[in-house]
Parts: sequence; structure tokens; C-alpha cells
Amino acid sequence: MSHTCCEVVQERVQEGDRKVVLAGNPNVGKSAVFHALTGVYVEVTNYPGTSAFNDEERVAREVILAADVVINVVDSAHLDRDLFLTLQLIDMGHPVVVALNMMDEAKANGLAIDVKQLSDILGVEVVPTIAVKNQGIDTLKAALDRARPGRRTEAIVRRLPAGIESPSDALMVLEEDEEICQQYSTARGGQREEVYRLRRERADEIINQVVSETNSGATFAVKLSRFSLHPLGGLVLLLAFLALMYQVMGVWLAQDVVGITEEWAFGEHITPWIVGNVSRLISPESFIGQLLIGEFGLLTMTLAYLFGLLLPLVVGFYMVLAFMEDSGYLPRVAVLVDRLMIKVGLNGRAIIPMILGFGCVTMATMTTRLMGTKRERTIATFLLSLAIPCSAQIAVIATMLAPLGIGYTALFVGFLFVIYGVTGMVMNKVLPGESSDLLIDLPPLRLPRLVNVLQKTFLKSKSFLTEAGGIFALGSVVVAALNAWGVLDMLQSGLAPITERWLGLPRETANAFIMGFVRRDFGAAGLYDLNLSSHETMVALMTITLFVPCIASIMIILKERGKKEGWVIWVVDLALAIFLGGVIHRLMFWA
Amino acid sequence: MTLVETHPGQAFIITEIADDFARLQAIRFGIAEGARAICQAIVPGGPVVVRKGKQEMALGRNLANRIQVKPVEA
Ligand SMILES: Nc1nc2c(ncn2[C@@H]2O[C@H](COP(=O)(O)OP(=O)(O)OP(=O)(O)O)[C@@H](O)[C@H]2O)c(=O)[nH]1
Repeated sequence: MSHTCCEVVQERVQEGDRKVVLAGNPNVGKSAVFHALTGVYVEVTNYPGTSAFNDEERVAREVILAADVVINVVDSAHLDRDLFLTLQLIDMGHPVVVALNMMDEAKANGLAIDVKQLSDILGVEVVPTIAVKNQGIDTLKAALDRARPGRRTEAIVRRLPAGIESPSDALMVLEEDEEICQQYSTARGGQREEVYRLRRERADEIINQVVSETNSGATFAVKLSRFSLHPLGGLVLLLAFLALMYQVMGVWLAQDVVGITEEWAFGEHITPWIVGNVSRLISPESFIGQLLIGEFGLLTMTLAYLFGLLLPLVVGFYMVLAFMEDSGYLPRVAVLVDRLMIKVGLNGRAIIPMILGFGCVTMATMTTRLMGTKRERTIATFLLSLAIPCSAQIAVIATMLAPLGIGYTALFVGFLFVIYGVTGMVMNKVLPGESSDLLIDLPPLRLPRLVNVLQKTFLKSKSFLTEAGGIFALGSVVVAALNAWGVLDMLQSGLAPITERWLGLPRETANAFIMGFVRRDFGAAGLYDLNLSSHETMVALMTITLFVPCIASIMIILKERGKKEGWVIWVVDLALAIFLGGVIHRLMFWA
Repeated sequence: MTLVETHPGQAFIITEIADDFARLQAIRFGIAEGARAICQAIVPGGPVVVRKGKQEMALGRNLANRIQVKPVEA
């Protein structure tokens, strides 16, 4: 999705001994080309950029550097934008093939491109494609064998530092990439902007030579784009979109689908079947038995949680997200909410991890990589772990609040909103440094293609399972072991004073809080059976929601933010949750 | 005048971008100093969206305040 946005889809494989990488700006059709090229395995990466501007781009750059052949996918309808990247790749000295994608859109927009001339100027193969219709893909495949380094920008080559053998390293030193500069222990030469300017000039020159415009009327997409940003129209569209999303994610997936997968499939059939079979071999009371098929066991809880609960939600979420990405709408949402996000020290782009967080906080924490500064990543990660309930939790919360009436639901949402806002504003004040301004390119609005959406969903769900699955399994083993050793019970009685004295809740709720570590919704679910009053339900649910995220997300936070900062986030979050729970307990007596 | 002071539909030439990072990004996207662009939309109190040819780009208000433009005939 946009520059704005997220993911580096990585499908790491090789063709023979060659490693082929797809690189291109957001939404130019990389995934579509990738899937059309079946048989040739490639890695897909968003914006490489010799000099990386955020963590996501740093990852992308590594991928590009390791490639033997780069397929540069460009959007023919936005050649003036994309050619800059093409020239950058060529300047790096990599063997490149250019896929001139979206030729149909270029044509519809009244653009004609002289492909032969473009290829001559660049010195590399240029293949026109319409990836979604499989057009030009065979030619592209064949062209891979003729991939070669192109014609570099002379004025830039002249400026390259002497004594660095690898052309890409030399270019990166010239473009002041921090890491590479350090590697060669050279100081930054202050030439980056000049280099960019030279490249931009060359790109514009080339465009003048090879692109001719036959008409320039406003197409339907351009009009719709204008509407989506209109002060009133944009808001209406956004609300309609959020309502739809709630329906799909909150009602249909979190309740109906999970009801089938988790409660029926796992709860009634798969888990009992596994337990039955395994307990014939291993005693369920033994230590190993508890690790495997106990309450928190690998084959019981981990499996059911991962595949019965998380997977449907994550798949659904990625589908909605892919839809938003492909339609080009997401960056527009970022524009609409920018004003609000600035208040909490973020910019509009941060809406992406926040939206994702309502699906799964673990997954969302990973996408904070797309943000401009470290400071923003810290704020976003903390807000995610504090005030964004994940879909599994929302499902339980909704069921518990519903009987108390709409007033309580409104109060709950209101509290969360205020806590989110105030915490964000405080962090914005106290954290050193400045956050970056919103600056994103808006891809054209278009109707997403189902196949493309499904393929993306599949890839991302798979990489989510591999990234979070292992971590979650590890977490469960730890909890299962603690349980087997009786440590969990000790914790429960140790915590009781806090629950009773400060939060005004029955002693047994401590139980639910501890479960909350394992699974955020588990915590809330543990409150079900306690017969709490409305007041108590509210306090308990608030505390659980603010409470530390589940084990999987704690591990991801530690991995993404580093040990030190990760632990601080964790401890502060925990303390705040308990503190605010008590405050709300007292506030509600006034109300 | 600054970018914030334009109105939707107005054409202009970008004369100065007083932000190092944004200047570089703008060059990447082709909406750099010297480029002729059109104000596409302004979110009240929020970002400004500019268009150059088929390319649209949104700039946060803070940033838009630091961008000087010279109005030209559409
Ligand atoms: N008309 C047309 N649409 C295309 C073509 N190639 C891709 N698309 C559509 O363009 C949109 C974006 O394509 P993707 O393949 O998701 O682009 P991407 O570069 O992988 O996007 P990100 O991963 O979000 O950066 C999808 O809706 C595709 O269906 C094409 O040649 N012609």
C-alpha cells in the first residue's frame, strides 16, 4: 500500500541460483506481477531507496542488495513518479528488467509510451505488461535472461567516491546512507539532494522524450478521489467504510465465524479428539502431559487459539486490509485523520497500525515499522498495547456490555478514547524529539481485483503465522510450565489485595487478569462466570482492556522495540491499567 | 504565499520547500521545487493534497506551511 504503507511481502526463494527481486513503488502491481510469474520465485519489496527513510525501507534495501536480478515494476500511468526509482536502481549497477505495468490504465488515461526508445535510453529491457490480464508476462520471463546493468546517470557517476569497489555501496555513500557510510567510515558528503535533483532532471527529460499525452480529461477515478477528500463527502465515505468494517470484522468474523471455528470445530471436536488420543500415550497429569494437552497446552490451547480464533480474524483482517490497499483508499484515510493523529504525536499514516490493532495487536505492532521516526514507533506501540482492544477481546467485551445497555457501551468507548488521547498527548509532550509530518503519495482509486486480494491475504496470513506462531507457542509452554509448578496459583493470591482493595473487585478476578497475559480475550472471558455487578463489570473490562497485551504481542514488542524499551512499555502499561482501573472505579460512584 | 493559502483548483509553481526530508521525498515523487502543480483538496485544519499530472500527494499542514508557491493561470 502506499508509501504510506506497510508491508514488505517476502517470498524468499530462488530461481536456479539466481535471486530475483521485485521492486517498485506502492500499488504499482508488484503482487500481481509476482503471481503472474508463477514458477519464477521472487521476493516482493516496496520502495527500496538506496537511502532508507524508515525501518521498512531499510528492510527492503537489504533485500534489494542481496538480489541478482531486480524486476522493477512501474506504473505506466505514473511513469514520471516511478522512473526516479528505476534510475536509482540502474545507478546502483544492478541487472534490471523494467516491467512497464498497467499499460491498460496508461492507455485509458490517454498516455502513449515509446517503449523502444525508453529501453534504448535506459539501456535495459523494458517490457510492457498488464499483470492482472497476464499480458506481457511471458516476454518478461524471457527478458530475465537478458537482464543487465543499465546506463547510469553520468552526472551522478562522476560524483561517486573513489576507492569503493561495489557500485551500489559507492552510490549509497554518495547518497549518505548512514549504515553504509559507517561501514566505510566516511563522513556524509552533503551531496544527497544534489544527486536526487540530477536524477529527477534526467527522469523528467526522459519522460518528455518518451511519453505523449493525448487527452487529459478528469476520469471517474479522479473525481472520486476528489470526493473522498472533500470535507463532508470524505467524512461520510469514511463513516460508511468504518461501519462496513465493523460489520465484517466485529460481527461476522469475530462472532459468527469464530463461533464455528473455535467453539464448534476446536471446542467440541478437534481438541477433545486430540486430548483423547494423546492421553492414551501420555498421562495428562504428568509434566509433559500438561505441556502438551493441559489447560495451556501446545496441542490444546495453542492450536485452538492460533487456528480457531486468531487465524480467521487475521485472515479476515488482511483481506479487508488488502482491499483497502488495492483500492488506494487507505492513504486517503490517513489524510483525513492526520489532524487528530498529530495531537498524539503521530501523523495520519499511523492510522494503519491502529486499524490493524483492532484486528490483532501483535500484527499491528509489526507494522509500526512504516513510521518515520523512532519516537513515533514508541508512541504507536505503547498506544496499541494500552488502549486498542484486539478483535478477540472486542468480541468478549461486546457480549458482556450488551446486557448492561447502550449507556455502558458508550461510556466504555468514551473512556478508551479519552485514555488514548490523553496518554498520546502526554507522550507527545514528554518524549524528546519531533514527529514527522505527513507526506504520502496517493495512488489512484480503483476497484480491487478479488484474485489479487486473496493472494495477498494468503501470503500475509502465512507470514503472520510463521512470525507470531512460534512466539505464541513458546509463550504457552512457559505458562503451562508455570502452571504445572504451581506458580500461577501463587501469583493469584499475591495479586488479590490489588484487585479487592484498589479495584473493588472480587478476589477471583485476579484469575482473569493472569489469564489475560496468555490471551487478552481469555482474561475477559474469565470474567463471564463471576456474576459481577454492572459497576464491577465496567471496571474489570476497562482494566483488562488496558492491561498488558497477550504474550505473543509482548514478545513482538520486545523484538521490535528492543529489550529495554520493551520492558518499560510493558511495566508502565501494567501500572497504568491498574491505576486507571481504580480511578474509573471511583469516578463511577460520582456519575 | 504558502501552500496552505491556496484553494482547491488553483494552479501554482512550487518555489521553496523549507524542510530537508520533505524536499528529498518531493523529488522522489516528482513534485519538487520548480514543478507546476494544482491544489486538489484541503482538509479543514488538516493536510493539503496537491496534484501534478496524474500524481497526487498529501502534505501535512505543518509541512504545507513551510512550502512557498507562486500562483499561475490554470
Ligand atoms: N488495470 C490494471 N490493474 C492492475 C494491473 N496490475 C495490478 N493491478 C491492480 O492494481 C492494484 C495494486 O496491485 P498490487 O499487485 O497489489 O500492487 P503492489 O505493488 O503489490 O502493491 P503494494 O504491495 O500494496 O505495494 C490491484 O488492485 C491490482 O489488481 C494492471 O496491469 N492493470
